[in-house]
Amino acid sequence: MTMIHKNEGLRAWLLSEDFTSPRQARAHKAYVSWLRFSSNPLAFGGLLVVLLLVLAAVFAPWVATHDPLAQDFALALKPPSAEHWFGTDELGRDVYSRLVYGARTTLYIAILVTVIVGPIGFVIGAAAGYLGGWVDTVLMRVTDIFLAFPSLVLALAFSAALGAGIENAVIAIALTIWPPVARLVRAETLTFRKADFVVAAELQGASTPRILFRYIVPLCAPSVIVRLTLNMASIILTAAGLGFLGLGAQPPMPEWGAMAAQGRQYLLDAWWLTAVPGLAILLVSLAFNLLGDGLRDILDPKHV
Amino acid sequence: MSDTDLSPTGHEARWQGLTEALRKVLTSVGVILTTLIGLLVLTFVIGRMVPADPVLAILGDTFDQTAYDRVYQELGLDQPLYAQFFHYVQNILHLDFGQSNVTKSLVVDDLARVFPATVELAVLAICIGTLFGVPLGVISAVRRGTWVDHLARVVGLLGHSTPIFWLGTMVILIFYAMLGWIPGGGRIDLYNDGLVEGPTGMLILDAALAREWEVFRSALHHILAPALLLGYAAMAYLSRMSRSFMLEQLGQEYILTARAKGLAQPAIVWKHAFRNIRVQLLTVITLAFCGLLDGAVLIETVFGWPGLGQYLTAALFYADMNAVLGAVLLIGLISILINLLSDVVYRFVDPRTR
Repeated sequence: MTMIHKNEGLRAWLLSEDFTSPRQARAHKAYVSWLRFSSNPLAFGGLLVVLLLVLAAVFAPWVATHDPLAQDFALALKPPSAEHWFGTDELGRDVYSRLVYGARTTLYIAILVTVIVGPIGFVIGAAAGYLGGWVDTVLMRVTDIFLAFPSLVLALAFSAALGAGIENAVIAIALTIWPPVARLVRAETLTFRKADFVVAAELQGASTPRILFRYIVPLCAPSVIVRLTLNMASIILTAAGLGFLGLGAQPPMPEWGAMAAQGRQYLLDAWWLTAVPGLAILLVSLAFNLLGDGLRDILDPKHV
Repeated sequence: MSDTDLSPTGHEARWQGLTEALRKVLTSVGVILTTLIGLLVLTFVIGRMVPADPVLAILGDTFDQTAYDRVYQELGLDQPLYAQFFHYVQNILHLDFGQSNVTKSLVVDDLARVFPATVELAVLAICIGTLFGVPLGVISAVRRGTWVDHLARVVGLLGHSTPIFWLGTMVILIFYAMLGWIPGGGRIDLYNDGLVEGPTGMLILDAALAREWEVFRSALHHILAPALLLGYAAMAYLSRMSRSFMLEQLGQEYILTARAKGLAQPAIVWKHAFRNIRVQLLTVITLAFCGLLDGAVLIETVFGWPGLGQYLTAALFYADMNAVLGAVLLIGLISILINLLSDVVYRFVDPRTR
């Protein structure tokens, strides 16, 4: 009884709009956002799948039932069973365990690309938007050149030049993903550039980097976070496409795109080899899309 | 008007309009030129990044130092980078992309051979995407919140999230291997192959022109599955965009006026609102077309469609850099030209930009 009472006290404290401290105001904002987010079942489902992916990747050795690299030709191409939930591949490896370890590869690529692309997009976009003039022209021309290519084709060209491999795939994807982010930050920056608080900071003699990072970047952050979340889906699809063409993670490292490609040779005898990793890619990229849409609703009210 | 003294005279206005138009044309020409040069720089840089020694690729394993030096000089590798770049641009302007190490023919001939197949596929796919995607988007905007809207959202989300190479493989598994409804891949049945040659290289068109209906039917049968899959991806994007464009228009006051006048719903939707989103739609259709080239690379590989995408992936597999760069340059060029085209049409169609 006291527990419930306590909880209600916390809830009331969180929902109250008569703030007694900045901490309460922030907690209130976060809680209300969470309530709005969790009332959207699709976005919540997306979050769950993403959490599942993260858990599978982190705890892969415990979640997997077999060694993902252990070969056993006696068990090759066995259909799904109680022992091997998603069957076995042509080398007798357990598909379920490879799928779990493949989550690591997928997450590794998606996170690394995002970590590279976010700052680059911020710096280039904010510099172009805030400084304007020839800096803007030059930076946006460069952005346009990268945007002129379909992204997978450009990533293919870079991977071909750098050589196959997971790190090179990360670089190649990052090189194709940053232009839209920079564009977005520039557009956001343009709306704040002449705002009174920026002018006030300028009059106080704040340096350009200080204005960019203290005033402009935080204001662009919500829409960029939404964009980066939605980008995760396209990163995962591009990475899978590269893997499918043999340019991503190299065997024997499990990667979903490469697994699906490998399975094509045994399509008629062992459909699960292609179907299962493809479904995993679909599910995860769908989850990031739903999560991104949900985040947009709470973080970026302009677009609603 | 009270400010007549500020407005220029007729002659001045015309002169001003002319210089303004000239300035716009010059700016867009400048933009295209810099983008093209950027494209060349990018492909040049990619070509230089390759870790493999290009001399060894030509000579193979057995050679002596003098032969090595000779080829090294022939390739211009002893010259400074800017000279090499200049040389590269010169070659490209002469349509010299070098020789393919795999097909042993000139890359430009290879590209000319495979290009029509991709155009055929991509054009059909964008038509499918537009014909289904735009009406779906418009209807889901008009019937916002109903089952049509939800269906459109699901279709769009799945289209955004599905790995197209996987979907293609599953389609082959189900509709070819299990049901036998579609042919297994390629552009045409073996016994119809080579019956129709030229003039466009697009089999469906050529067969129709030559009145070879058997060939036409076979070609259509082969293109259907890959074109539908590519079209589906385009459709997902186009329906989402046309939905949001339509929602914006339907919220405008002129729509309210039209309703107040008692106009019928179809007239309001198609004659008033839709008319105003056509220009925006054109832009996103060109964007969708560029995105479709990405999907074409994967779909062509899955369906064994002998186009630009399959050529590119085969070249990648054999590290045939001349062929890779030629194909990449061509795809980049198409994207730029399509964007340019949409820009021109945009200016032509939208009275506000005149």
